[in-house]
Amino acid sequence: MRKLALSDKILLQVEKPARYIGNEVNSIMKEPDKIAVRFAMCFPDVYEIGMSHLGIQILYDMLNQFEDTWCERVYSPWPDLDAIMRREQIPLFALESQDSIRNFDFLGITIQYEMCYTNILQILDLSGIPLLAVDRSWEDPIVIGGGPCVYNPEPIADFFDIFYIGEGETQYRALLDLYKNCRHQNLSREEFLKKAAQLSGMYVPQFYEVNYQEDGTIKSFVPKFAELPVMITKELVTDLTNTYYPEKPVVPFIKCTQDRVVLEIQRGCTRGCRFCQAGQLYRPVRERDAAILKEYALKMLNNTGYEEISLSSLSSSDYSQLEDLVNFLIENCHEKKVNISLPSLRIDAFSLDVMKKVQDIKKSSLTFAPEAGSQRLRNVINKGLTEEVILNGAALAFQGGWNRVKLYFMLGLPTETEEDIRGIAELSNRIAAVYYETVPKEQRNGKVQIVSSTSFFVPKPFTPFQWAPQCTKEAFLEKAYLTKNAIKEQLNQKSIKYNWHEADASVMEGILARGDRKLCKVILAAYQKGCIFDAWSEYYKNDIWLETFAECGIDIAFYTTRERALDEIFPWDFIDCGVSKNFLKQEWQRALLEQTTPNCQVQCNGCGATKFQCGICIAPRTKVVEA
Amino acid sequence: MKLRIKFSKHGVLKFIGHLDVMRYFQKAIRRAEIDIAYSTGFSPHQIMSFAAPLGIGLESNGEYMDIEVNSLTASTQILETLNSQMVDGIQILEVKLLPENAGNAMASVAAASYSICFREGCQPQFLNQETVKAFFAQPEIIVTKQTKRSESTFDMKPSLYAFSLCQDNKTLLLTVDASSSGNIKPSLVMKAYFERNNSVLDTYSLLITREETYLNLGTAENRKLEPLGFIGSDY
Repeated sequence: MRKLALSDKILLQVEKPARYIGNEVNSIMKEPDKIAVRFAMCFPDVYEIGMSHLGIQILYDMLNQFEDTWCERVYSPWPDLDAIMRREQIPLFALESQDSIRNFDFLGITIQYEMCYTNILQILDLSGIPLLAVDRSWEDPIVIGGGPCVYNPEPIADFFDIFYIGEGETQYRALLDLYKNCRHQNLSREEFLKKAAQLSGMYVPQFYEVNYQEDGTIKSFVPKFAELPVMITKELVTDLTNTYYPEKPVVPFIKCTQDRVVLEIQRGCTRGCRFCQAGQLYRPVRERDAAILKEYALKMLNNTGYEEISLSSLSSSDYSQLEDLVNFLIENCHEKKVNISLPSLRIDAFSLDVMKKVQDIKKSSLTFAPEAGSQRLRNVINKGLTEEVILNGAALAFQGGWNRVKLYFMLGLPTETEEDIRGIAELSNRIAAVYYETVPKEQRNGKVQIVSSTSFFVPKPFTPFQWAPQCTKEAFLEKAYLTKNAIKEQLNQKSIKYNWHEADASVMEGILARGDRKLCKVILAAYQKGCIFDAWSEYYKNDIWLETFAECGIDIAFYTTRERALDEIFPWDFIDCGVSKNFLKQEWQRALLEQTTPNCQVQCNGCGATKFQCGICIAPRTKVVEA
Repeated sequence: MKLRIKFSKHGVLKFIGHLDVMRYFQKAIRRAEIDIAYSTGFSPHQIMSFAAPLGIGLESNGEYMDIEVNSLTASTQILETLNSQMVDGIQILEVKLLPENAGNAMASVAAASYSICFREGCQPQFLNQETVKAFFAQPEIIVTKQTKRSESTFDMKPSLYAFSLCQDNKTLLLTVDASSSGNIKPSLVMKAYFERNNSVLDTYSLLITREETYLNLGTAENRKLEPLGFIGSDY
């Protein structure tokens, strides 16, 4: 039997010891002496969150298909165990072998949201790996970051040896081969990194120099060596059907956030909502063929025993083979007693019909994401969802027996006025009114329940709104109160419930999202003052963060409320995600003019992603009218 | 048709709690493609019941669950296919077909036996045949049981069916009431044994293994304890 890194005594003290013992169904064990590369794959948050992430499951499966490599998993120890490990100086370990992370060849960290940055330092610190990349030696693993946040890696540049920009399926084999060769030839760590930096998609921050203007913006961003690329183009999988996908995902013992088989049906999105980073980063949209998805569905259900399956994509309604796939799942899952969990589909006759088949209407609700309260502002953000579509969809659903509706909005969008905010209340009210108009009294199943939620808008790199100022916390809260009061004034206010997010964390997310290298020292200092698990409101310490910014002499407004000039060099400008800066600039200007841009299904808008020669960019355009 | 399945739980599995073990088996049964019966309704669930929850930290050689199946395959085959779906630490020991009139696993539980050893360096000086015999010979053993809401004091002796020390002079064996109304935790017995010997128990020092779970085929006064699988048959 495997020996655990933690004693029984510790495991019996901490909450959910199953987070730390490994041994799950489908986890991979290999013999270390037959392995050339030990790879620890990390999601820097608690086990239940990390285990729910599809990207790691894909890479875990891929890396373990390599015979010379053993990929294991590691997650952030929860604060209870964190304290014990520090006190007793227990090094962080991987779940499978329970071996110390420091003895691995690679530590891969997926960076899915900005608020996990201090947890990255926690992982390094508990592993005994120097926090700064420049302090590391061959005694330490190569620390490599990936995921959406590496499209602006600068605030965490000091902590990583390499950032892998783009999708992980394409370059790891080449990187591991390079590593093996370099170690075999006894090359220095620096020599290896220099060679790695010449592989497509790899960014080694210590080899790039940033110079600043007097006003704090970037003057120049250049590689220190001539052989290194000035621009780094993202990696992507051109054929999503013929690539890696896990047939035997690891099945956790404890209940995780995503406790089901997940089928990724497509990557990318054609819609071009101007606030949405994923919609730009993952262009062009690429579909995975339904035939192979059906095979995966059956294999994955058989290999895991999960009782639920769900589809994953940014916009499932746009998947061209959706009807075929969903009908197949309904047919096959019913007899296996497997539930189908549908992602938020556009509400129309087809989706309502499907939802009726797979969900209990009484328990389920409809979801609309208008994102803004008025048509004017929806045009600004290029959200192609009109009030008419929403009201018709709602009427259809109310007739079908639903009486619960969830609405998602954002506050603090560029050009937003009081009128736009009132629009949130008015739209919520109108949907409630539709219920009472369409459903006769005797057929009503109680009152209609509308839940309207607002989040605060955070401008992100590689979106047309990357130039937009972000609101202050005070402005955010004022908008939330305005929304709340406007809802109270509505006729159907008793049917509408209003929720809003916390403002502090949204401001911090905004700082980190568009931050530069100057933030590395703030993040380090905040971590050293005890900030970890910032994504968890019960652990988020806003006061300490603000205090740390002040101590480091960093002005928050530079990152948030400052209006950026059109010709400013952004910290992330050296990355080429396919979408050109010119296109984004044009979209930003169209936004201010309240002009919409059609989605890729309708016409090519020349964003730049065509150069990847795949997906929608080379497919015949089928849809003429935008739904 | 109801099957009673006996399994053991060792090693790292002792850190997996009762509800998660249930979830684990629901998935394992799907993987093994056992023809289990489902409840009706919008979200059907497998018809399955567990005998006695095992606390976190304890190992076991005598866990039971009942499942309802629609069709029968040979018990040896079910044992094999289920075992091929187990992780390190859980093993299926037997599969028996229950008679139609058998009560469900949980309601059937009358008693459980445990073996208890001490972690290295934790074995008390007073552990010997005499003190064990003297403890069990007491006419009554007054203990205080703490629940989430209250504290109660009662005589444990009628619920303590056997208490002895093995020939190795290291391993204690005890049998206690494990029915849902009168369940006695082995650590409570040990606490009383320590107190009787003027010592305080650190429950962490104990390595506890549930050895068997029993039903009572006799009467309340005249017990006839048999393993839960006793009333089932091979098929």
